[in-house]
Amino acid sequence: MSTLQINRDVMARSYRAMRTIRDFEERLHIEFATGEIPGFVHLYCGEEASGVGVCANLTDNDTIASTHRGHGHCIAKGVDVGAMMAEIYGRKSGICGGKGGSMHIADLSRGMLGANGIVGGGPPLICGAALSHKLLKDGGVAVAFYGDGASNEGTTLESLNLASVWHLPAVFVVEDNGYGEATAASYAVAGTQKARAAGFGMEYFECDGTDFFDVYEVAGKAIERARRGEGPSMVHVHLSRWYGHFEGDSMSYRKSEDVAAERRDRDCLVKFRNRTTEAGLFTADELDSVDQAVRDEIELSVRNAKAAPMPEAPDLLSDVYVSY
Amino acid sequence: MSTQILMPALSPTMTEGKLAKWLKSTGDKVSSGDVIAEIETDKATMEVEAVDDGTLGRILVPEGAENVAVNTPIAVLLAEGEDDTATDAPAAETPAPSDTATPAPSGDVAPLPPAAATVAPEPEWGETQEITVREALRDAMAAELRRDEDVFLIGEEVAQYQGAYKVSQGLLDEFGEKRIIDTPITEHGFTGLAVGAGLTGLRPIVEFMTFNFAMQAIDHIINSAAKTLYMSGGQMGCPIVFRGPNGAAARVGAQHSQCYASWYAHVPGLKVVAPWSSADAKGLLRAAIRDPNPVIFLENEILYGHKFPCPVDEDFILPIGRAKIEREGTDVTITAFSIMVGVALEAAEKLAEQGISAEVINLRSLRPLDTETIVNSVKKTSRLVSVEEGWPFAGIGAEISMQVIEHAFDWLDAPPVRVAGLDVPMPFAANLEKLALPQPDWIVDAVKKLV
Repeated sequence: MSTLQINRDVMARSYRAMRTIRDFEERLHIEFATGEIPGFVHLYCGEEASGVGVCANLTDNDTIASTHRGHGHCIAKGVDVGAMMAEIYGRKSGICGGKGGSMHIADLSRGMLGANGIVGGGPPLICGAALSHKLLKDGGVAVAFYGDGASNEGTTLESLNLASVWHLPAVFVVEDNGYGEATAASYAVAGTQKARAAGFGMEYFECDGTDFFDVYEVAGKAIERARRGEGPSMVHVHLSRWYGHFEGDSMSYRKSEDVAAERRDRDCLVKFRNRTTEAGLFTADELDSVDQAVRDEIELSVRNAKAAPMPEAPDLLSDVYVSY
Repeated sequence: MSTQILMPALSPTMTEGKLAKWLKSTGDKVSSGDVIAEIETDKATMEVEAVDDGTLGRILVPEGAENVAVNTPIAVLLAEGEDDTATDAPAAETPAPSDTATPAPSGDVAPLPPAAATVAPEPEWGETQEITVREALRDAMAAELRRDEDVFLIGEEVAQYQGAYKVSQGLLDEFGEKRIIDTPITEHGFTGLAVGAGLTGLRPIVEFMTFNFAMQAIDHIINSAAKTLYMSGGQMGCPIVFRGPNGAAARVGAQHSQCYASWYAHVPGLKVVAPWSSADAKGLLRAAIRDPNPVIFLENEILYGHKFPCPVDEDFILPIGRAKIEREGTDVTITAFSIMVGVALEAAEKLAEQGISAEVINLRSLRPLDTETIVNSVKKTSRLVSVEEGWPFAGIGAEISMQVIEHAFDWLDAPPVRVAGLDVPMPFAANLEKLALPQPDWIVDAVKKLV
């Protein structure tokens, strides 16, 4: 079993981040149903410990690239929740001025290179960010999050090769929730992620994506290897998503009792609470007060987002070019 | 309710005119369709008709007034029973119809103004030396690699092999393997990697062995390089150059002979440059490397070995967005880019022998397009022939023709004509390949139908 020998501040921050993601996503699930949020929204519920466990090993100097299911990675990397919510509502106060939306949330100041609407889009970009870290000698590490679906994309396989060939400070985090959209990984993924990593001469780690402590420890090894200049690794995270591929997906391809069992038995927040309170690291009251603070923060973010002004007409034409 | 009668436009390009004559007076009853005034420009005269019934309440612009801007209120039309005290509000407060909430300039397809208007005239660069386009490209990269240590070159065979077409000759020796980087054959991967590096502080030059192979990587060129600045609300720009030979080479068949100019020029967020001469190649590549935006730099394999005079000045650089008039003329404007500039100049020579004076414009930059230079030329010659090696349908010629129609319609004496590669995949057989690519005689024939 993974260790609990973690800085208490890191644990507290991580619990809050996981709770924030959960509440953020559950709230979006409700708000989406009201019809106020347009477009595609992909929820990260059930997967919180993965993004948070990985990013707890990173600083603002490190870079991550995310996926279409990007809210959790953004929050884990420290992107402002209010500005994220406003972005999802398409408001001027959004982190990208309302011009990106759910699938394109980015915050360069946090090393968050962007969610990405293209499956397999992130891994090559993260190789580039890793190359920048290496050539600029800033000590940074670059991490690509991608799913089991993206693990079959040519870009991902090309990136594993490039990162190994050039010994880049990169970590490839495969968030394997068992489904690429509606298609089961058991149908779509040949061989194993482990064998793929081995095929590219890359270190391979795996962990339970519903156990923050396991993810934190295992990803930490991969990240520290990269930081020491020992090259790239793959971290295979086993987890489950609780909602459909996108909001509106009825998940006809999964048994509802399976999803219910995941929620009951593999809830990363419950696991965290049980372990830390049993070990006397936190009291239930302490965690309850975090939960309440997060509820308030999400409520405020939604209220502010709804009240925020829309982008203005001149914003339509800005930021196409730095200069033309 | 009173309505304002606005100064109409005789054509899409008219900006102002003279109010020649009022045919109605204040207090006259008018019906829809009545001619109420005459306006004129230096090209034509037009009658202004009332569009509603009513009474001419007030004349705001007197007869004989010159330089009246289009959409200026020129009179007030009163509805039945209304007096003109209701119309005392200053005319200027009423926005012209074009100033609606729609931010895109009405009637102008391009959302951004041509850059040319803000670009200073090209300075004289003095002494020149004959060098090949290949050398010019190498010298440009070497100069920028020396100038800025964030610049690096990445691509297949660019380092050890010195470039598939030897464009990067000598660069590995001078700059080392950290800045001249050989890639595996993995276009989509290394293009995305380079974009990621561009987004995070470096300035990559990506060499595609040919632009045919960039088709594998076009997702990252468009979805990542071109769009990220916009999607991130201005947070992340991508200073990157994608360069390599584009278009037909010789006898390499359909998959290796294709012009991507119109593909990339279509995309907001990308700049697209297509040099012809050594000076173009050197000056524009230096500008492309310094540009804060992604730039598609379309070279031509056949031109690599051609020699042209090129300024020796160490600071030589050319502005992106500025065309060059390679040959002045008065009877027809011929636009071309890349290798077709040479073909157009040959055609101009033949035309001169037949007494036809052709003006040849080397576009140099396709986006931004130097519409100003093209339009000014057409205003002089009244005829346009666009030349490109790529396919005609939705090609660069279609865009140039439309720009001229929008901005110089009144000056055209004949419909614009496109000379383009044949609308077929490139055949392999020598005779068929020759028939598929624009020849000087095609241009000569096109011009002779116009003049």
